[in-house]
Parts: sequence; C-alpha cells; structure tokens
Amino acid sequence: MAKKNNVVETTGESNENAIALRETDGLSQGQIIRKRFFRHKPAVASLIGLIFITIFVFSASGIHLGTDKAPITIPGWWQYTITDIPDTNFCATSVGCPNWQHPFGQDPIGRDYFALVMRGAEQSIMVMLIVGLIGGLFGTVIGAVSGYFRGWVDAVLMRFTDFIITIPSIIIGAVIGFKFGNLGVVALAVYLGLFSWTGLARLVRGEFLSLREREFVDAARVAGASNFRIIFKHILPNAMGVIIVSVTLMLAGAILLETALSYLGFGVQAPDVSLGSLISEYQDSFTVSPWLFYWPGILIIAIALCVNFIGDGLRDAFDPRQRRRITRKDLAKKAGE
Amino acid sequence: MPPTCEKPFGKVAGNGIKLFAYIGRRIAVVLVILFGSSFLVYNLEAVAGDPLADLRTSTATNKAFLIAQLTRQLQLDVPPPIRYFIWLKGVLASFLGTPDFGKTRQGIPVLTEIATAVPITIRLVLGATILAILLGITVGVITAIRQYSRLDYVMTFISFLMFSLPIFWVAVLLKQYLAIDFNNFLSSGQIPVGQLLITAAVIGVVLAGVISGSRKRVLTVWGIGFAGTIILLVLVNATNWIIKPGIGIVGVGLIGLAAATGFTALIVGFENKRVLYSAISVAALGIVGYYPVMAFWKPGTINIGSVLLVFVILGFLGVVAAYAFTKIDRGPAVRVTVLTSVFVSFFLLVDKLMQVWNDYLNSDGINMRPIPTIGEASVRLSSDDFWINTMDGLVHVFLPTIALTLISFAGYVRYSRGSLLEVMNMDYIRTARAKGLSERTVIVRHALRNAMIPLTTLMAFDFAGVIGGAIITERVFGWHGMGTLFNQAIGSQDLNLLMGVFAITSFMAVMANLAADLIYGALDPRIRVGK
Repeated sequence: MAKKNNVVETTGESNENAIALRETDGLSQGQIIRKRFFRHKPAVASLIGLIFITIFVFSASGIHLGTDKAPITIPGWWQYTITDIPDTNFCATSVGCPNWQHPFGQDPIGRDYFALVMRGAEQSIMVMLIVGLIGGLFGTVIGAVSGYFRGWVDAVLMRFTDFIITIPSIIIGAVIGFKFGNLGVVALAVYLGLFSWTGLARLVRGEFLSLREREFVDAARVAGASNFRIIFKHILPNAMGVIIVSVTLMLAGAILLETALSYLGFGVQAPDVSLGSLISEYQDSFTVSPWLFYWPGILIIAIALCVNFIGDGLRDAFDPRQRRRITRKDLAKKAGE
Repeated sequence: MPPTCEKPFGKVAGNGIKLFAYIGRRIAVVLVILFGSSFLVYNLEAVAGDPLADLRTSTATNKAFLIAQLTRQLQLDVPPPIRYFIWLKGVLASFLGTPDFGKTRQGIPVLTEIATAVPITIRLVLGATILAILLGITVGVITAIRQYSRLDYVMTFISFLMFSLPIFWVAVLLKQYLAIDFNNFLSSGQIPVGQLLITAAVIGVVLAGVISGSRKRVLTVWGIGFAGTIILLVLVNATNWIIKPGIGIVGVGLIGLAAATGFTALIVGFENKRVLYSAISVAALGIVGYYPVMAFWKPGTINIGSVLLVFVILGFLGVVAAYAFTKIDRGPAVRVTVLTSVFVSFFLLVDKLMQVWNDYLNSDGINMRPIPTIGEASVRLSSDDFWINTMDGLVHVFLPTIALTLISFAGYVRYSRGSLLEVMNMDYIRTARAKGLSERTVIVRHALRNAMIPLTTLMAFDFAGVIGGAIITERVFGWHGMGTLFNQAIGSQDLNLLMGVFAITSFMAVMANLAADLIYGALDPRIRVGK
C-alpha cells in the first residue's frame, strides 16, 4: 500500500495530488493511518467508549468460563451475582425500581438487575471477541491461500465458502444453540465464528488476487522467499486494511446475531443470561418496569454503535479511495496560494 | 492473436453460447453445493434434535403407541444419512412435477405450509425492502454529494445507530409509541399545542440541516420550516384531518405539479422546457382523471387489477406525452413522465384510501384503535369491502415495515454513499466537469449510474432474503410466515419442515447470487462474466 501511494502521488503533478501529498508528506504508512484515524473524532470517542464499557463490564461482573458443571469464575467487584436474591424494595408504582442499592432496579424475582445486565454484556462481548478472532483467522487464511495459489486450490476453497454461505448462520446458531446451548457461551461463540468467516474470505481473496501480481511480490520471489513467507510477510501486511475493517463489521454483526439468537431462545440458555434473553424475558413489563427493558437494549446499541464507528474510522484511515474529496473550493484555495 | 474481422452477428452468437455455458456451469455447481449443505443441515439437525423427546417424557397411557406411530410416520428408524436420500428423492421429484417435501409432525404436507407462509412473508418484507432501497439510496446520494457537511454527519450517525439497533428492541418501542399511544391520541384526533410546537421546531431543524450556507440563511430556513409546519398542523387540527383525511383533487394536482417539476429538474434540468411541459401535462391528466378514477375505484367491482390498470394507463399516457412534446433525447423525457405518472397514480390511491380511513376507524372490531401491535389481519373485522380490507392489511403491515425499514435502510445509505464517493473521485468525472457539464448532469448521468452498479449485489440478496423472511420480526409482530415455520421447526424438532424452509431459502439465495453476477456483468462491461 505504501508503494501504491508513493507511485500515485509523486508521478501526478496536478493540484489535487499536491493537496493530497501535503497531508502525508514525510510520514510512514503507519503514521498516516494513525493520523487519519485520530482525525476521525467519532471513531476515537467510540474507541475510548468501547474500552471503558469492556473494562467496566468485565470488572463488575467478573469472568465466567467453562460449563455449568465445571465453571471457571473470577468474581467481579459488584456485590451481587445473578443468582443472589436480595430483599425486594417496593416503591409507589412498581416492584423493584432502581435505587442506590440496585442502580438498575430488580427483576420480578428480586434479582439485582445491574448484575444481570453486566453478566449479559459480559457474554455478548465475549461472543463478539471470540467470533471476531475465529472468523478473522479463518477468513484471512482461507482467503489468502485461495487468492495466492489460485487454480484448483482456489476453486475448492471458494466452493467450500459458497457451501458455508448457503447455510444461514441463524439456522446453524439455532440448531447448535438448541442442542449445545448449555455448553456455555464460549462454545456458542466458537460455533458462530466457524460460520462467519465467509465474507471476509472473499474480500481477502480478491485483495490477494490483485496484490500477487505486483512487482514487490515478484521481487520477493526472485529473492528466493517461500510461498509461506510471501503470503504472510509480503502480501498480508498490504491487505491488513481490508481485513481489519471487515473484522470490525463482523464484530458488530456478531453481537447482534448473538442477542438475536438468545432472544429467540436458541442462544445462551437459562439460568445464564444474555442481553438478548433479558429483553425477551422482560419486554412485556415495558409499561410497568421500563428499566428492565431499556438497560439491555441500551448496552447492545452502545457496544454495536462503538464498534461500527471504529470500523468507519479504520476504513477512512486505511482506504485512500474514500479520502476526503478534493472540492472546487480546495482547488481555488490552492490556486490562490 | 491478430485482430480479425469478425462478423458482428457471429460474435454476439458466440457470446450468447458462452453465456449459456457459463450459466449452465454455475447452476451445476450450485446444485452440488445445495446438495452438500442440505445434507449437512439435515444430519446436524437429526443428530442435534430428538423428535421424540416430548413423547418420551409424556405421561400419556398410549405413550408406546404414539412413539411407534411418529417413528413410522417420520421414518425415524432409518438412519439420518439414508433418510436424507428419501427426502431428497421427494424434492427431486419437483422436476417431474410431483414435488414431495415430506410431512410435518402434524401430518400436513410441508409444501402446503410453505405455500400459505410465503405470501404472508412477502407481504411483510417486500414493502420494507423497497422502501429501504429507495430511501437509503436517496439519503446515501445526498450525503455523498454533501460529504462532511452537517447533514452528512447527522445522517452518518443515524445510519450507524440503525445499524446497531436490535429489531426486537425497536419493535417494543414502536408498539408502545406508534401503536398504543397513537391509538390513544386518535380518541381526540387533535394535536396538543406542546407537541405541535415541538414537531414544528424539529422539522425546522431538519430543513435547516439540509440547507448549507451562512448562519442567516440557516436561521431563515428554520423559521420558514417552523412557521410552515405550525400553519399546516393548525389546519390539520381545524379540519379534523387526522380523523377525516383526504388530499382532494386540488392536492393531487399540486402534488402532481411538484412531482413534474421535481423530476424534470432532477433528470433533465429546467432548461429543457419540452420535457417540463410533457411532465406537467401528465400532472394535468391526474386532475382531469381524478373523478373518473374515483368512480372507477368504487367498492363492489374493484379489485387489485383495476388499481394496477390506472397505474398502467397513466404510465402509457405519460409515454405518449413524452413522445408528443419531445423530438430528440426521448429516453430521459419518458423517464420523467413515467415517474410523474407513477407519482400521480400513487397519490390518487392514497387519496382513495384516505377517504375510507374514517369508515375503517368505525368498523366493528376496530373501534377507533386502528394500529395493531400484532398479527396479519383483524380477526374481528367482518367486511367484504375491498378498500376496508386493503386498509386493514396496510395498518397491520405498518409497524413491521417501519421496523424492517429502519434496520435495512442503514446498509443502503452506507453503501450508496461510499460507492458514489468512490466514483466521484474518478478521472472520467473530472473529464465530464472539464467539458463544462453542469453538476447535475455530472452526478445524475455520469456518476450515479456507475455508482449504483455495486448495489445490485446487495439488492439481489435482499430480495432473496424476502422469502427467507424476517425470523425475529415475525416473532415480535406475531406473523405466521416463513420465519415462524422455521421457529416452529427448530422448537418442535420438525426435520421435514426445517428442511423445506431451508431448501426454499437457500435456493433463493444462490439464485440471487447468480442473478447478481449476471446483472453486474450486463451493467458493467468491464466485468467479463464467465472468465
């Protein structure tokens, strides 16, 4: 990518290129990307927001891994867990409305809702990260190998991708979640990840198909680099932009898919909770105890919104084609200088 | 290969054969893939679910008999991989005209279930898909033209927000605020002063946001929007318009005129007076035809065909008008007049529906609470009036359509914006500008066409998804379409039903994929299909 920018921007002599060049003069590729990303204010705010939400959720709820039978638990700082049933406080309109002891209120059984929501968010973020990791890995490797080797390897891998695409993720999630939902959220996330790499694989393949024809690949091959080295050391760094952007969007999709599955009852199973299952359970109490309905939804939106904005910022940073359009005003200014 | 002088016809025919070979090859691959994925899903579900689970735990005295009966009915004694081929044989019989997708646990043929579900799902999703495409592309194009303006930032934020919305959460809010509260509000039908002022202020802000320019200009626009909305809403209150709405012949005429000038300005520009006149004549046709059409659409003889007939006739007259007024460059003129005629016919329809609104409100089973939160049709509505029933269908599809539009709108905004921005940076756009073409021509006739090509893929998949339905939306709004069938199949371990839904949806998906590739190749000659 560095190469491409240089070629494009130094050979052209027009005003437009001069404007583009001035912005990136004397900076390395990494610095240019970082500069572009930090110029995208909503993305930076979202990054800070997402880090804050993640730390807050995991520290409050703790970390829960393993299955029901063999739980691995690191407790959080919040005083209640999702199984505690403290005394219910009564108030004028409804049962269990928020107060200082229970900032998000209590559910009809009396469980502390802050603990429930934090646990749900913990599950959702965990699913998001695992899906991103697995999907990103599979998509990158399959796309890279397919695009680099072409021929029958490409044909086989791409038909395999088509094969996975025809199986709707919601069917897989439902079938697997229904049967293995009690294995815990990690298993669910791994399964979802195994079926969510298809879009990324196609993108990476496309990128590799065009990158492998470039001179720097020929140079590496002439210098005696192995295929493995060419793929991972030479081409992959150039395709990183596409991968990172696509994985961020995959993350946002994953959190919505997980909550949707849990809402339908196919995802995280009771007694464990997820943001989707909380909404599903308490949507009817919307008029009586709205806090039971609002908090899980707000958290889903907050997380997905942050991830989407970060993705947008990264896209702007990595993709020079979506750079700021040179307007007639810019040209006029340049001419006036 | 040295260039040879080929006969044009031979070349075209050769390409045609190549194209057919390509399509044939693709379909063959698709069939193999579908075979594999259906085999996998069949066995996954067969292993994951036990259809006898609820019977095993049942306390019925004839438990053993029931188990034996269901085992025989669903051939559960055959191992799943072999049972799959029995199922496949039935499905392949579709090519012989005798499809057999098996029976559900209740003994109903799966195809019967699907045949009742598909129209319901289409009704649920089609409107939302079309609306999302139209609105999404419009907003995407506007934000791309005004990149990094205030409007762009606001719309970007809104579209990301919609991207992040879980539909089951939005649905609850919509039910509360758009259905229950609106129905409560209908008991008076008068907009309270507070809400009137707030609405006017918000509309002012929206208008001011669209306009860019100096602070004075923005404030002026805000003021005009604010005052205009107040006048409009006060009129609405005074005429009790919410209870007895209507546009009338004057309204249809004004809207037609606005559409005529708008489409002319957008597609060919005002300098082309002939096109403007032909479009205005179409709008005039709307006024002339108002009373005949209303009489034609009277209850009794009316059906969906006569509604469509008006659209077709007006469209045809539009083409005639374009040909009568213009001599050169008739393509864009026809586009303008046909679009105007669709607009006019649509508002004739809207006006007709408004006339029955009050009757609908007072029908039995409605009782002034028109917007339902659940279901596909009012069970207690007993009317054989075409318009009342149409209205009933519309109010039931109202909330799901809004929810679905909100969700898929964002994708179109982002894609069309990104695509147009990419095209606007290309050299041929600079060339077009350098030729001295107006910005409108550059955008509408040069940039937009190429920018919309990548969206065909997205659209093809969305239309394929229409059949698959919206599993969650159907659940939330209590519709019984394909999504409900799917839910039911998973929940009750109904393998044949699941496979039926899966077969239809995956077939649609791969066909959409093929169609997208072919359309893509036809629209963009740079892409060689079949290579």
